[in-house]
Amino acid sequence: MKKNDYLRIAKKKYKSRLIVGTGKYKTMSECAKAIKLSGAEIVTVAVRRVNIIDKKKPLLMDYIDPKKITYLPNTAGCFNAKEALRTLRLAREIGGWKLVKLEVLGDKKTLFPDMIETLKSTEILSKEGFKVMVYCTDDPLMAKKLEDVGACAIMPLAAPIGSGLGIQNFTNIKIIRKQTKLPLIIDAGLGQASDATIAMELGCDGVLINTAIALAKNPFQMAVAMKNAVLAGRSSYLSGRIEKKFFGSPSSPKEGII
Amino acid sequence: MKKINKIKIKINGKFIKVQDKISLLNLTKKLKIPANKVAIELNQKIVNKKSLGYIKIKKNDKIEIVHFIGGG
Repeated sequence: MKKNDYLRIAKKKYKSRLIVGTGKYKTMSECAKAIKLSGAEIVTVAVRRVNIIDKKKPLLMDYIDPKKITYLPNTAGCFNAKEALRTLRLAREIGGWKLVKLEVLGDKKTLFPDMIETLKSTEILSKEGFKVMVYCTDDPLMAKKLEDVGACAIMPLAAPIGSGLGIQNFTNIKIIRKQTKLPLIIDAGLGQASDATIAMELGCDGVLINTAIALAKNPFQMAVAMKNAVLAGRSSYLSGRIEKKFFGSPSSPKEGII
Repeated sequence: MKKINKIKIKINGKFIKVQDKISLLNLTKKLKIPANKVAIELNQKIVNKKSLGYIKIKKNDKIEIVHFIGGG
C-alpha cells in the first residue's frame, strides 16, 4: 500500500476508507467495540429527540468519543429538503459539525433517495458552509449535478439500504468514477466482505457500512472482515489488475518440459 | 411564602409544567440534560447554546431537545 494513500474528504485526511454506521447494534458497547475493530475513523450518527423521561438511557457520546472519531450526522428518516435542513442545522448546533451526510428518502419501501429534494438540499447546505456527503442513486447525471451544486462526496447506493445485495449496477459506478474527482463512496446495500472489496476494486474511495456489520451473527468478526476487505480491494485497485482474456495462458514455462 | 407560578409547555411532544420564566439553561439542568451534548429548538427556531441562560420560557412554548444516537 502506498504510504500516503489517504481518504481525503473536505480537506481532511483519513487513514481508513471504511466508514461505519452506528445503528442497529444490540448495545452501545457492542457498537463501540465493532467500530474499534473496524478501524473506522468516521461514523454516521442520527439526530433524534432526547428521552426526557428515561434519563438512564446511555448516550452515544459516552461510548464513542467525538474527539477521537469523526461524527457524521445524517438525515435518516427525512423525506424532504425542509426536514433534512432542520436536522442538519440542529446537528451543527450540538457540536459544530459541518461535515454531514445528506440522505433524503423518497420511498418508504425501497428507501431510495428523492433526488430532486436531495439536489435542492445539497445546494442550500453547501451555501450555508456545510460539507455535504450525499447519499444518492447510482445515476451518473444526478451525481454530476450534485457535484455542480457543491457536494463534497458522492455516495451512491449499491442496493437498497439494509438489503445486503451488494453492487447492482457496476457500469454506473464505473462511469461515476470516471467522471468525478470527488470522493466516491458506496453507501448502503453491501452485505459481505467481498462486496466491499468489489466496490474498492471499481475505484471507489471508500465504503459506508452499517447493517452488514451490526446485524451479522458476529458483528466483531464482520467488522474485522470488512476492514480487511477494504484494504484488499484498495490494494488490488492500485496494483493494476491483468487484462481479461478469453483463452488460457499457462503459468509454468513450456521450456524444459520432460 | 411566595407562590411559584407554573406554566404548561411542550417538550419533545410531551406537555410538562415548569416554573414561569425559567431560563432554558435552568430547564436543561432541571431535566438533567447535558447542554453540551444536545441542540435545542424553541418554537421552531434553533437556540444558540451561548444564550441558553438569557432565554426565559413562556406559557405554551414548544421546545425540541435533540442529541446524537446510533444511525446509518
